[in-house]
Amino acid sequence: MLMRRREFGRMTAVMATMAAMGLAGCGGSGTEGSGAGEVTLEFTQWWEPELPDGSLRALMDEFESANPGIKVELLSGPYASTKEQLVAGAAAQTMPDVVGLDGAWVSDFAKQGAIADLTALMSEQGYDDSELASQIQIDGATYMIPVVNFVYPMFTNMDLLERAGVSAVPSTREEFEAAAKAIAAVGDDISGWALPLSLEAPNGIQNDVMSWVWASGGSMLTEDGKPNLKGNADVKSACEFIKGLWDSGVVSPGAFTMKEQDKVEDFTNARVGMMIDSLAHVNTIREGNPDLDFGISALPAVDGYDGERGMPYASWGIGVSGTTEHPEQAWKLVEFLMGADVNATLADAAKAFPGNSTATPDYVESDALFAQAFEIWSSGTPANEFTGLPVSETLMREFDEQFQTYLSGDVDVDAMLTNAQQAWDEEF
Amino acid sequence: MTPTHVALTRSVRRAGRGRAQSFGRHPAQALVPYAYLFPTLVLLLVLMVVPIVMVIGYSLMDAVITTRESQFIGLDNYVEILASGKFLTALANTFWFVSVSVVAHMLLGLGFAMLLNSEAVSAVTRTVFRTLFVLPWLLTVAIIAILWRLLLNPNGVINAILSALGVVSGQHEWLADPNMALAAVTFINIWAGYPFFMISILAGLQGIPRDLYEAAEVDGAGAIRRFWSITLPQLRPIIISMALLDIIWTSQQFALIWMTTGGGPLNRTEMLSTFTYKLAFSDYDFAAASASAVIVLILSMILAYFYVRSQQARD
Repeated sequence: MLMRRREFGRMTAVMATMAAMGLAGCGGSGTEGSGAGEVTLEFTQWWEPELPDGSLRALMDEFESANPGIKVELLSGPYASTKEQLVAGAAAQTMPDVVGLDGAWVSDFAKQGAIADLTALMSEQGYDDSELASQIQIDGATYMIPVVNFVYPMFTNMDLLERAGVSAVPSTREEFEAAAKAIAAVGDDISGWALPLSLEAPNGIQNDVMSWVWASGGSMLTEDGKPNLKGNADVKSACEFIKGLWDSGVVSPGAFTMKEQDKVEDFTNARVGMMIDSLAHVNTIREGNPDLDFGISALPAVDGYDGERGMPYASWGIGVSGTTEHPEQAWKLVEFLMGADVNATLADAAKAFPGNSTATPDYVESDALFAQAFEIWSSGTPANEFTGLPVSETLMREFDEQFQTYLSGDVDVDAMLTNAQQAWDEEF
Repeated sequence: MTPTHVALTRSVRRAGRGRAQSFGRHPAQALVPYAYLFPTLVLLLVLMVVPIVMVIGYSLMDAVITTRESQFIGLDNYVEILASGKFLTALANTFWFVSVSVVAHMLLGLGFAMLLNSEAVSAVTRTVFRTLFVLPWLLTVAIIAILWRLLLNPNGVINAILSALGVVSGQHEWLADPNMALAAVTFINIWAGYPFFMISILAGLQGIPRDLYEAAEVDGAGAIRRFWSITLPQLRPIIISMALLDIIWTSQQFALIWMTTGGGPLNRTEMLSTFTYKLAFSDYDFAAASASAVIVLILSMILAYFYVRSQQARD
């Protein structure tokens, strides 16, 4: 049956409307309409899913009460998708007003102009930064402020240590090697130490490999922040130490594809005696195995080293979009989160150490393990040289590839460090 | 194709031409099919054509997305990618992974389909096994990756079983052993992908007329001869189509590799997909990543061309 002209006209109009609606659905903005003079800040971070339910929103409500006319819309997601969203946002210049940052991303976003120079912003707003524990700077300008910090101490299974006949938690590399060998000798497929080297998430290079360098006061960079691997005695000694552990068979099997969560799982299930890990996992371990008796300590250093122990850490950093239309209001939110009381509340909820040097979270008083961690943190030096480097995840991955080759016995330590240096130089 | 079918097809074509001529008398009505197609065409343009053109454009620039000033550099990104040792490794790994996966998918799919189509097995047994064989297909890639990571963990179930049988000793590293990793992820991909072949071939087997087999039996053909002379020729169009589609899909497999090995150990499981992802989201080198993606697109287009040709030959 043929269609009449009028019917055709109607149908075309419907089709065009449907297509237009479909397209309209692809666009649009998620920002709520604002009242007269009211500003809505978008705050993208991965913190909310990792905090107790409602705790970050409660802080935002407190901020909104203290700052009438400013609303905060939380855009929350997992860490990895937050990073990808920010990469896309930086590209499209649609970065949210306030952004949660990892130190590994700062250099790239700063180069793009995607995040604002906070030094200039602090100066404009007359902010006194003396209470900030640390600031992440590129070429002398601050781009990220660590809000809370997660320290990475050595975790030790005290039962396994006792079964292995080791009386004290190791504090030097020699003691650590002896303890790892003794634990591995216990049998039952138990390993001395977990070393996650997955190429998917290569942060094992930062947390489990380079941390040995920093713990003994070493550095993987020159004084002007360039790669310094080739011929670096500190890095070479740490790599040789780990290779020694590897050859002794004390490292958990599956290291080349092991991820951080695998390491934590092995430790929780008492399949490994020692690991370097974030303090944030204490509750996970306790929930997973309430009977596990474990302790934490500073990372072992080379024999005879009596300087400050470098302590690997990761941060929840904060920054402001380079293209925000509300820099003043965005800064108010940063300032609010860095205030002593609010910062302590957030650190308490996250079981982390505050970015405000005068804040003390309550959990430090109520939990002996965290009190011990706070002492380690306060007496050591926060050390994470990957923070602020360009494409730091790629640097870790490139070192990881070379390091796996070295552990497999395909190259010697000098060739490995030369190759890694070459790969890093290309990125700089 | 039977003579009756050919005659019917011709009459349908004639009827279609007649309708087209009648549309010719009313120009507005000739646009009706395009009105139906319009929303789809707009979506295809916005969601496929524009992004592809943009990526091709990016691949010809020196730095894109992360800098505001990028310049046209021609084919330099392609030269850099094709000269890269890691790309060649990824290409070789992808070739091996795809070849073995597709052949195994085909053989397993054909074998299980024939088993499920066999009258030597009772209907109840066929139903039970059909459900069992199709199970891997029901799981998402993320679940499959996590499941097999747990199974193949040095402390996992597979090692426990194989140790008990005396096949391996201790905590064997299936995914972390540079000499085993590629075979391990290929095995996982085979396990995850064969049901699609099996279901398609089973449908094809059930469409083969019984009288062909009966005639062959009368002529004294045995089971093997019937398989080679009837089953395979009848299934050939399905097998060719499925194989080409499977090559395209498997060559673009990303999530499974990324979630099991991340391309390691020692880049032994690095694929074109993981190589491109790392360039984009780890190095932020979107220009080089675009060039790599365009190379993959060209390879896929070649395969797609053969797929379309095989479909046309079927029609």
